[in-house]
Amino acid sequence: MRLTETQRFVTAKAEPLGDFTRALRRLHVDGPLLGGLLLICGFGLVVLYSAVGEDMRLWLNQVVRLGVALVAMLVAAQFSPDFLRRWTPWAYLGGLVLLALVLIIGEVGQGARRWLDLGIRFQPSEIMKLAVPMMAAWYLHDRQIPPRLSQILIIGLIIIAPTVLIARQPDLGTALLIAASGIIVVVLAGLSIRLMLALAVLSVPGAYALWNFMQDYQKQRVLTLLDPDSDPLGAGYNIIQSKIAIGSGGLFGKGWTNGSQAQLEFLPERDTDFIFAVMGEELGLLGVLTLLTLYLFVVARGLYIAIQAHSTYARLLAGSISLTFFVYVFVNTAMVTGLVPVVGIPLPLVSFGGTSMVTLMAGFGILMSIHSHRKLLPQ
Amino acid sequence: MDLLSPIKDHHSERRVFLGRVILTSVIGIVLLGLVIARLVQLQVFDYEHFAERSLGNRVRIEAVPPIRGLVFDRQGRILAENLPAYQLELIPEQVPDVEATLRRLSALELIDASDIPRLKALSQSGPRFKPVALNPRLDDEQIARFAIQRPRFPGVDFRPRLVRHYPSGEYIAHAVGYVGALSTADLERLDPSRYAGTTQTGKTGIENSYESRLHGDSGFRHIVTNARGRQVPAESRDLQDTLPADEQPSPGDNLYLSIDLDLQAIATEQLAGRRGAVVALDPWSGEVLALVSAPSFDPNLFAVGMSQSQFAGLQQNLDRPLFNRAVRGTYPPGSTIKPMLALAALETGATNLERRTVCYGFFMLPNTTHRYRDWKPEGHGDVDIHDAIAQSCDVYFYEISNDIGIDRMHDYLTRFGLGNETGVDVAGERPGLVPSTEWKRNAFRNPSDKRWFQGETVIASIGQGFMLATPLQLATATAALATRGIRYEPRIVAAWEDPLTGERTLASPVRLDDIELDNDTNWDTVIGAMNSVMQGPRGTARAVGSGAPYLMAGKSGTAQVFSVAQDEEYDEEEVEERLKDHALFVAFAPVENPQIAVAVIVENGSSGSGVAAPIARAIMDSYLGYDDAAD
Repeated sequence: MRLTETQRFVTAKAEPLGDFTRALRRLHVDGPLLGGLLLICGFGLVVLYSAVGEDMRLWLNQVVRLGVALVAMLVAAQFSPDFLRRWTPWAYLGGLVLLALVLIIGEVGQGARRWLDLGIRFQPSEIMKLAVPMMAAWYLHDRQIPPRLSQILIIGLIIIAPTVLIARQPDLGTALLIAASGIIVVVLAGLSIRLMLALAVLSVPGAYALWNFMQDYQKQRVLTLLDPDSDPLGAGYNIIQSKIAIGSGGLFGKGWTNGSQAQLEFLPERDTDFIFAVMGEELGLLGVLTLLTLYLFVVARGLYIAIQAHSTYARLLAGSISLTFFVYVFVNTAMVTGLVPVVGIPLPLVSFGGTSMVTLMAGFGILMSIHSHRKLLPQ
Repeated sequence: MDLLSPIKDHHSERRVFLGRVILTSVIGIVLLGLVIARLVQLQVFDYEHFAERSLGNRVRIEAVPPIRGLVFDRQGRILAENLPAYQLELIPEQVPDVEATLRRLSALELIDASDIPRLKALSQSGPRFKPVALNPRLDDEQIARFAIQRPRFPGVDFRPRLVRHYPSGEYIAHAVGYVGALSTADLERLDPSRYAGTTQTGKTGIENSYESRLHGDSGFRHIVTNARGRQVPAESRDLQDTLPADEQPSPGDNLYLSIDLDLQAIATEQLAGRRGAVVALDPWSGEVLALVSAPSFDPNLFAVGMSQSQFAGLQQNLDRPLFNRAVRGTYPPGSTIKPMLALAALETGATNLERRTVCYGFFMLPNTTHRYRDWKPEGHGDVDIHDAIAQSCDVYFYEISNDIGIDRMHDYLTRFGLGNETGVDVAGERPGLVPSTEWKRNAFRNPSDKRWFQGETVIASIGQGFMLATPLQLATATAALATRGIRYEPRIVAAWEDPLTGERTLASPVRLDDIELDNDTNWDTVIGAMNSVMQGPRGTARAVGSGAPYLMAGKSGTAQVFSVAQDEEYDEEEVEERLKDHALFVAFAPVENPQIAVAVIVENGSSGSGVAAPIARAIMDSYLGYDDAAD
């Protein structure tokens, strides 16, 4: 039967979707993003198996966490952006209260007060990883963009309040990343380049103030970065061993589970902060470039979703989640290769550990929600 | 909410946002580019550097100790070997309660209870995976006892190792010496690369002086360790396949000594219960046939390691078993030097064969009243030079002493090797002392002490006063008499053998300056007189020499340990044992074709001919093949 142009168009539109695609749609899941994330997680699990010394128990532990994180992503994807926006101030305020509580009744571990036990044990700073960019986006949602200076100052307060509370725990790494996620919102909202440069200039005395604010061990990390060989068995040890691991991996690596630096435990924290070095040693330059490509794909898909988003809130939030994820990847890889000081930031989706992974995946769930709820918006 | 934002320009907002996404993407790509550039730098350009550092991180070079050379006697009997011994060890990390385990082991008598605090501290100090030696050597019964109980002792096990073993330890302790644990001082002296895997080194005797030949060279083995130094088992092949080649150790040379174990045994047994020394030489090569110092000790105690109390017992023993009297003990030679002084007197014209003296039992220098007494209070009567040696008449030598003069005595005695190290290949030798006027000038501070007195020459003529000699020196001097002036440096090691090729190298005898006389018949005179000592009708040692199937030449000596006051007889019974005179005896045989020269010293033995001479006889009998004659 011959079809007219219109007929053909309509038929094409009406062509039934595949069961799988339809299921994804119904669950508000973005296929490409999920694919990229699953590839990273799968790759990560392979590397982690080697990094935990082929300890099946630890490895399965991580598989379970990953499952939990995927569930969190699915749940987050079901909330529409409008719903999220409406609840944003409450989430933010609740987060602030919990952060204040941490400083008062939080549990102490490894010299820092980060955990709160309210029936379940968790780090309130994890909530803020999402709540701060949400709050910044919420504030800008119904205001003209680019924002005016007074509005920027208000957003500055929104960012600084949780940052200071988290830095007091002390957890400088997380505090800086949360600040970054808020700043990214302002930058995406069109913060004038001139103002950015001015802030950059102001950051010099700011850095000085920060230096005085830092704990001794944090200062030591910065100094060690500048000259790791000054203290090869002490603070510089991690960076030196990490560089040896990556460098000795060469182009193709020493082979999975055959990295001598990792397997013989010269490499510290091989299954957490320094897992990227394990990958560099065992899988070589090709292995790490593959992983970086996957990360780049996920970030690109996230930015695409942000550009496609229909509301200011959704746009800014999606952009911030994507770029913050990139910041995580950059800070960890730059730290492990000795480009920036050692800050305790895990490699997202790959490092051993659960809490931050759940937050990350919930963030990606929000991205998916933003994408899949797009056509349902009244606009 | 949307109603509140009619003024929002959605189109321009999208444009601004898109611009910012592009801007941040560019920044992001630059940052990612930095990381990738860094990775390329580390993994491509600096790959070699980091690959090497990674190898250096995990590969440790472990030294493999060489096998120490064996030591044999002149008949090929083993004197020092390496035997496996079982060492009890504990690996701290595998032991739940170290102290309780040590207590249980001590209850089984596998370790000494007094060692528990030390061992506990030791197991807490090093790395947790490194074995701690609890008992260096388990005996068979202990091994059996532990084997049954082993399941009850997780982390405790025994491990074989090679331990130096001296099968006939007491007989050869002072000649062969012993090995002991390397001390910090040893490590400073020795080449660290050769001794990297070695735990013991030669401390005395041949073990010490031939250390570099016996030791061999360490080999090397590359092992992979983790960050805490724990060795990675060989099953993890992948981590080990890039290792450099290993180097095998090369074993030390085997030594063949000129020492005869039979003679060592005879000498040791003859000296049993006494303090003294025996040295026997082959006069025609300087080969040491026997070198014994008594009391002896068990050198295996040092090789295996002994308890503090055992070592203190050896060190504090009044009889000083660790002291090598044969090369380090210096004694007044007494009358044993009379044959040499007789040669000096005959050569210098201080006496001749016709000169005779009537010995009344004492001698006085002209214009003095001091009586130099003969050992025989009633005197020897009418004696010539031959009788003076055979009967050991002191007065004859007193009379000619100032005709020879101390400096000519010094000259002749020095030619026989007295007063200087013999050069034997055992460390720690003492030079002894032959006095002279020059020596006295240099040795004393006080001007009145620097002068040499005639009376000192008188007592020097019977080997008393300042004169001191080691048993080894007396043996070499006697050997020079036997060969009529041909002298060799004494030597214990006769040959060495490369254990891999079996190639043997003989140590060539070191000939020293001959003693040349103006009149060679003087040798006959002196040697004839020495024969009379043993086998003449009035010889001092005729009781020992009579009935021998061969001709022997000898000379007894008695060395005063303390001076007896003028005109004071001393009663042997009353003198404490340790103040009695030393008994000395030198001899060689057969007279017409000397094959062995012997020197014997028995501390506080009183009588040279009565106590020391029978020992020399027993040794000569055995060496010359007349074992039965000794009994």
